Amino acid sequence: MSDTFTFTIDGVEVTATKGQTIIEAADQSGVYIPRLCYCEGLKPYGGCRICTVLINGRPQAACTQPAAPGIEVTNESAELNKHRRALIDMHFVEGNHFCMFCEKSGDCELQALAYRFGITAPQYPYMFPKRDIDATHPDIFIDRNRCVMCGRCVQASRDVDGKNVFQFVGRGSDKRVAVNSEANLADTDMAASDKAAEVCPVGALLRKRVGFAKPIGKRDYDNTPIGSDIESGKSAAQ
Amino acid sequence: MQTSTNGTIISLCKDYGNSPMRLMDVVQAVQAKFGHVSGEAMEIIARQLGTHRVEVQGVVSFYAFLSEQPQGKIVIRLSNCAMGNIGGAQQIGEALEQELGISFGQTTPDSMISLEHTSCIGMCDQCPAALVNDVVVTGLTPDSAREMARKLKQTGDPRSLITQPGEGNNASELVNQMVRNNLRKAGEVIFSDYQPGAALAKALELSPEELIGQIKDSKLRGRGGAGFPTGMKWEFARRAKGERRFVICNADEGEPGTFKDRVILTQMPELMIEGMTLAGYAIGSSEGIIYLRGEYAYLRRFLEATLDQRRAAGLLGKDIGGKAGFYFDIRIQMGAGAYICGEETALIASAEGGRGEPKNRPPFPAQKGYLDAPTIVNNVETFCCAARVAENGPAWFAAIGDPESPGTKLLSVSGDIERPGVYEMEMGVTVTELLAEVGAQDAVAVQVGGPSGQCIGQDKFDNRISYSDLATGGSMMVFGPQRDVLEIASHFMEFFIEESCGFCTPCRVGNVLLKQRLDLIREGQGEPSDIDYLTELGKAVKVTSRCGLGQTSPNPILTTIENFRALYDSKLHEVTDGMQSTFDINKALGDAVRVQGRQPVHFDD
Repeated sequence: MSDTFTFTIDGVEVTATKGQTIIEAADQSGVYIPRLCYCEGLKPYGGCRICTVLINGRPQAACTQPAAPGIEVTNESAELNKHRRALIDMHFVEGNHFCMFCEKSGDCELQALAYRFGITAPQYPYMFPKRDIDATHPDIFIDRNRCVMCGRCVQASRDVDGKNVFQFVGRGSDKRVAVNSEANLADTDMAASDKAAEVCPVGALLRKRVGFAKPIGKRDYDNTPIGSDIESGKSAAQ
Repeated sequence: MQTSTNGTIISLCKDYGNSPMRLMDVVQAVQAKFGHVSGEAMEIIARQLGTHRVEVQGVVSFYAFLSEQPQGKIVIRLSNCAMGNIGGAQQIGEALEQELGISFGQTTPDSMISLEHTSCIGMCDQCPAALVNDVVVTGLTPDSAREMARKLKQTGDPRSLITQPGEGNNASELVNQMVRNNLRKAGEVIFSDYQPGAALAKALELSPEELIGQIKDSKLRGRGGAGFPTGMKWEFARRAKGERRFVICNADEGEPGTFKDRVILTQMPELMIEGMTLAGYAIGSSEGIIYLRGEYAYLRRFLEATLDQRRAAGLLGKDIGGKAGFYFDIRIQMGAGAYICGEETALIASAEGGRGEPKNRPPFPAQKGYLDAPTIVNNVETFCCAARVAENGPAWFAAIGDPESPGTKLLSVSGDIERPGVYEMEMGVTVTELLAEVGAQDAVAVQVGGPSGQCIGQDKFDNRISYSDLATGGSMMVFGPQRDVLEIASHFMEFFIEESCGFCTPCRVGNVLLKQRLDLIREGQGEPSDIDYLTELGKAVKVTSRCGLGQTSPNPILTTIENFRALYDSKLHEVTDGMQSTFDINKALGDAVRVQGRQPVHFDD
């Protein structure tokens, strides 16, 4: 077992395997590091920055940073959580989010993060951008108002589905997700069974006609906060 | 017509081996040929290069000099950097709009001329300036701008604007621009006498390891701004595993207020190329790339000719300097208007044909850089320094300037000074000494290291320019008492908003929020708690951003709060009516008042 080693998160020793990132090692040890763009099974992206931790005092994204023997990771600190709250707020004010009308409510990772961090209203002013929706595809709906630029659809389509249906275009605050056609999703080879159709953490990319198949009250984050599944792994281990 | 367009694009793709890695070159060639990269063109390019239309669109939409919509035959890009603005770029813009009868972002009805704004074009010592296709026009006034527009309408040829040639190589046939070097002070490292091949001859007597040892002994640190020890970087790359290795010269200086690389590229390109060549020897690389910013496209032919000259002289190519088996050659990769591509991993992504977005680190370029091969990326000035270390020895270099940060530093000095230009100063010079040299006795603020650096006031003018005190990649902007420091800070924030790649949330969103609140304060709507708001938000952006851009972009605000707090305080007021100060009810009701033609009854003003 020479491929395993240990390091600490908030002073508690955790075990990692060579090649693992901090977030993978933490998950395995039952330590929840808040994250939004990270999605198991996809290449870590590092865009949302919510998983920022301190490694020997230096900020790094836990999803892209490899674990290394003996490093000291700070995850839970007032300072870091303040920055995370700022980042969560930024995701809200950058787009147009209508939690109460969104069929993803209860299953939405951004909303769940806000609840976990006790955010009832963002501290920053809303930007109210004008963004397009695309309902042309028979089975899939894009509402860019709710897009958080996590890149999951881009990656899943490219790396898992092998289709490159999505890509970011523009830059800076003009950045948006575009599709591989002149304008519409309907003109691409996207299929409802694609991995890309299921990875959106928010309600920007939705399958049609299944919105309320799972009733409110039985959704992922209705009863326990986001991250509980990871943390319950910890209590089981102890 | 249709078929010939197809044929042309297909043939342009072929010119670059139908390689998706050369997408940047292909789309630039298409842009140059057709004035834009249309949806159809994207389809064809994607098919030829074996990629996807949306990937091509991702690239085209990322770079300022590329366009999905048709542009005029001539594109006037007026630089709206800080120096342009204090020189009256606003009035010049208005003059151009009047004369051409279009607004910025538009094209004349005859499809002849488009008018665009662009960020700093590296001419801050002769601003206001504009790029007209790749002709550089400097020292603009509203009158000369009108004259320029009239001439362009008449002749349809940007070359017709070139009246008197610039100095030095700017006047050479291959450059033929009106640009001035404004080299005010030459030092002993960069701008001293140079014998082509002298440094290489010495370097090739050493083993690559010994050469790296010399660079380390010289204590040379990267001149781009981050200041990473050069010898260490080379050593990492030499030791990394890989079949191919690359030496990349970062000639993408985009920090507003910097133009030193422009003068090196114009006057000392061979010294830089020599530094790259010995870096190739040191790390065992045979392939070099000069990533040249799109704004300096006018230097391309000249640089190509310089490379040819060195090939002919046996200083590039096979058996360099008579050393059997040492092969090294260099190609030029053009950028297309993106400040972020000065960041080394974004530069690599761009050179690989992609969007200029920084990559996650690790792995670092020295391990996995261009095409996943070990790669060193160094600044133009750094390669020049390295060549001099090889030529004159590490002890000679280490003895110059500051013991901790040896050598000279090229400073691009602009703003409210008598003699704007490039100064080669010894490391460790104080700001006061520099200001005396450039003729700026009444300066009240100096922006050290460009917008991503810091804005200091008179109480810090005795600080020293070095890696341990005031670090700078070379940009020094000087402001006199007549300037509004907060307006300049706001302008710099605008620059970062424009130039953020948008990959990570803090930089993409945070900078917009920072500028919004700063502007509210400037409008007199701020309250004391807004200082905390800016400080906390600025810190969050710095700490959590993924690359150097976001890690420094709040600096215009944070350093002016630190050094010019009184300016902020004078604009802030306590809110006593219980209303949120940032909420302006008059503004909010403005539309309704206009429509109804009366003031709301419950609200006195």
